[in-house]
Amino acid sequence: MMPKFPFLKTKDPENKSKVFVPSRRDFLKLSSLATGGFILGVNFQCSGPKGELITFAPNVFITIDSDNLVTIIAHRSEMGTGIRTSLPMIVADELGADWSKVKIVQAEGDEEKYGDQNTDGSYSVRMFYEPMRKAGATARHMLITAAAAKWGIAASECHTEDAQVVSSGGKKIKFGDLVEQLKTMEMPDPETVTLKDFSSYKLIGKDVAIYDAHDMAKGEAKFGADIDLPGMQIAVIRRCPVVGGKVKSFNDEKALAVPGVNRVVKIEGAGIPPGLDKPLEGVAVIADNTWAAMKGRDVLEIEWDLGENQNYSSAKQLEEMLKSTSGNGQVRRERGNFNTAQQASGQIIERTYVAPFYAHATMEPPAAIAHVHGDGTCEIWAPTQHPQWARQAVAQALEMDYQNVKMNITLLGGGFGRKSKPDFVVEAALLSKAAKAPVRVQWTREDDLHHDFYHAQSAQRIRAVLDKNGNLSGWNHHTVFPAIGATANSAEIHPSDGELGLGCIDFPYEVPNIRIETHESKAHTRIGWLRSVSNIHHSFAINCMLDEIAEAKGVDPVDFVFNLLAEDKDLDFAGELKGDFGNYGEPLDKFPWNTRRLRGVIEKVAQEANWKKALTDGKSVGFAVHKSFLTYVACIVQVEKGSNGQIIIPEVHYAVDCGIGVNTDRIRSQFEGGAQFATSLVMTSAITFENGRVQQNNFDGYQVIRMPQSPKKIHVHIVDSMEKPTGVGEPPVPPFIPALCNAIYKLTGERIYQLPFKS
Amino acid sequence: MEKYTLVVNGKKHQIETESDMPLLWVLRDILSMKGTKFGCGQALCGSCTVLLDDEAIRSCAYPISEVGDQSITTIEGLSKDGNHPLQKAWVDHVVPQCGYCQTGQIMNAAALLKRNSNPSESEIESAMAGNICRCGTYNRIKEAIITASKSY
Ligand code: FES
Ligand code: FES
Repeated sequence: MMPKFPFLKTKDPENKSKVFVPSRRDFLKLSSLATGGFILGVNFQCSGPKGELITFAPNVFITIDSDNLVTIIAHRSEMGTGIRTSLPMIVADELGADWSKVKIVQAEGDEEKYGDQNTDGSYSVRMFYEPMRKAGATARHMLITAAAAKWGIAASECHTEDAQVVSSGGKKIKFGDLVEQLKTMEMPDPETVTLKDFSSYKLIGKDVAIYDAHDMAKGEAKFGADIDLPGMQIAVIRRCPVVGGKVKSFNDEKALAVPGVNRVVKIEGAGIPPGLDKPLEGVAVIADNTWAAMKGRDVLEIEWDLGENQNYSSAKQLEEMLKSTSGNGQVRRERGNFNTAQQASGQIIERTYVAPFYAHATMEPPAAIAHVHGDGTCEIWAPTQHPQWARQAVAQALEMDYQNVKMNITLLGGGFGRKSKPDFVVEAALLSKAAKAPVRVQWTREDDLHHDFYHAQSAQRIRAVLDKNGNLSGWNHHTVFPAIGATANSAEIHPSDGELGLGCIDFPYEVPNIRIETHESKAHTRIGWLRSVSNIHHSFAINCMLDEIAEAKGVDPVDFVFNLLAEDKDLDFAGELKGDFGNYGEPLDKFPWNTRRLRGVIEKVAQEANWKKALTDGKSVGFAVHKSFLTYVACIVQVEKGSNGQIIIPEVHYAVDCGIGVNTDRIRSQFEGGAQFATSLVMTSAITFENGRVQQNNFDGYQVIRMPQSPKKIHVHIVDSMEKPTGVGEPPVPPFIPALCNAIYKLTGERIYQLPFKS
Repeated sequence: MEKYTLVVNGKKHQIETESDMPLLWVLRDILSMKGTKFGCGQALCGSCTVLLDDEAIRSCAYPISEVGDQSITTIEGLSKDGNHPLQKAWVDHVVPQCGYCQTGQIMNAAALLKRNSNPSESEIESAMAGNICRCGTYNRIKEAIITASKSY
């Protein structure tokens, strides 16, 4: 069974194509638009050349009006990946729009209309590259047909550019001037329209700047907390410090005495399990402004019933987890016979790897605004990665039909998986209902670090067997970490197939005897997914181990890993897995696990980083390669000692094969950011629990890297490919972690078995 | 409640508030200027950076009562039409990812360039060390500051 995690959701082709059924085939006159909300955000004030603005909307993603304004809908959430630019630019390129004049409007949460909006799992481009091209091509086809008819020439003599149809004879007509004529035209079948040849694209495959760059540099970009509504109240919540705890009693007298505080409201939590979409139990202070709410919260008196997690210590649990890995676990993959290999061994290398809980620490702490109206409807403004889930969770909490919940999506000040969970949106809705006013819920940084859905701490043990000839003949990987699923179902005490599919079970190397085992561990907090999820710890352990094996064999780790892939093939792990292989929700025949592509990035990174020379020059360089989210990535990191003995990262090389590179500038920026993100995971960050409580309060306790510690030069080499495009939000993180660890080993002579590594 | 007169981006505002309210919340909640961001509330991340006269301060930890007659510049007032050399360089280098930290980064960089119009790479690194970017745009921030310093 595939777990029902949004980031691994199996794609439903029906749902995909649904986005193309035009909701309104006919033309929408200005008057109908004003009420229809179909293209919310388009400027209704302007009037067309004939005094009336007519709008052509061939599908839910495009509108062209008689004033020649092309509006493209961005239906995925923007959290920093640039998706709000990269999908609309695909539409624009097929359409032949003038990109500099295209207006992008953020869709509200409406899955029935736009298709999947769950922005997660690095799959926006993978899932929507084709549909976006078809959306643009359909409109182009209609515009060309209209212009050709007008001119009395064949459609084949026309093309589009800069929002005009142009004939081979040099005639030109603006899109907007064709709108009237399109009224009577039949809609072609989007599935059969001809797409442009790749070589004729002007945007796809190029560096395209993000649409929001100016607004962001001017402070005009609107994030979750930036919406003001008349009469809005601000809420800050004291949540139970221990997951599963309850409010026994509270005294709000002092809080209510703080000037500006209007109301104190208890929020009921789900208890245990806490759930992936439920608020935690707590008491909210609702005030005229954020500061008053915070001050009110400071003086709240609450007696907690802390519940069964009150003695939880993450250090103790980690010890037990680590111990468990030396016993027999639940076998999840078996090839050959590891025991026999072990008995015939020449050498056994056994190592353990542990990694801590990590918090997302998005720069924007969670915040959401809700306005519950008296008539049984509700409007939300939220920085959510998963509009539909938020909409459903709010509807459920308010006991209303989700159709009555209007979900507006703001920009997200970072997501990394945190803002998939709608708990904070539900809080806003419940509090607006209680206050009978619009309410913004504001999380502080302390709230964010204390009440996250954490990346789980993990313990792993790998036994590698070298036979008498020194060949790697056995691989026994034990992994244990509290499962994400346990957040909603306490009975889940083993990592799921889905989590093992993230870089553990799909160990791609040609080793004759493989056994992969998991062990039990319970979740005592909320576990969630963080940028690349369990690939984080799996890649760390596997790649650090491979480096150590290469060293034991006295061979170059790049050559070792390259050769360990043996002949090029598509992997299917047939007959070896005890469960399902998720392949990130894609069928293997459509997105094969191809070892040639993995080798391709190894070769490329070694060449671009001048690996052999770096070694002979005595540089401290580390290497790792890891495929995740269907994208192949190899990484070489170089480290040095700084003047105070601190570790400096002067240079990083990445080679990435993500199929067609849609927006190459945003591919690079994701890799630059991914390297920085991963540096924090290796060097500075950890969440720990004592007495059930998180011990880190703010960025002094939960440290993330700052500019002086940041990798200095990050080179991103994109493999030229015409394979289907795959995502790049998460894949930069997993290989960087062990590449950095392996480099640090070269520098210090000390292997890293525990993250974070503090120098 | 106390009465204060603030000069923000050259404009006078009369406000009435508690004396311990940090400037950040005065700007965001009372004056409804949303360009200055909340990231930590403890002067640890730099998201809330504004200029007090020419000095960069963390407005989340700066009570309104301390402002006095010093003039406040926020991202909204850094330039007309976003044409400050830093803002232009930010767009040219396509610095932002999520964008949330960037107004604080730009304001902090503005203070740096005011006191050192030609900073070295290591001077940039130490001057910007108080500003976290969780998306990891540090490389491009550095490049953009260098670009801006050339036309400053
Ligand atoms: S919000 Fe002021 S420094 Fe972080
Ligand atoms: S751009 Fe997202 S935190 Fe800096």
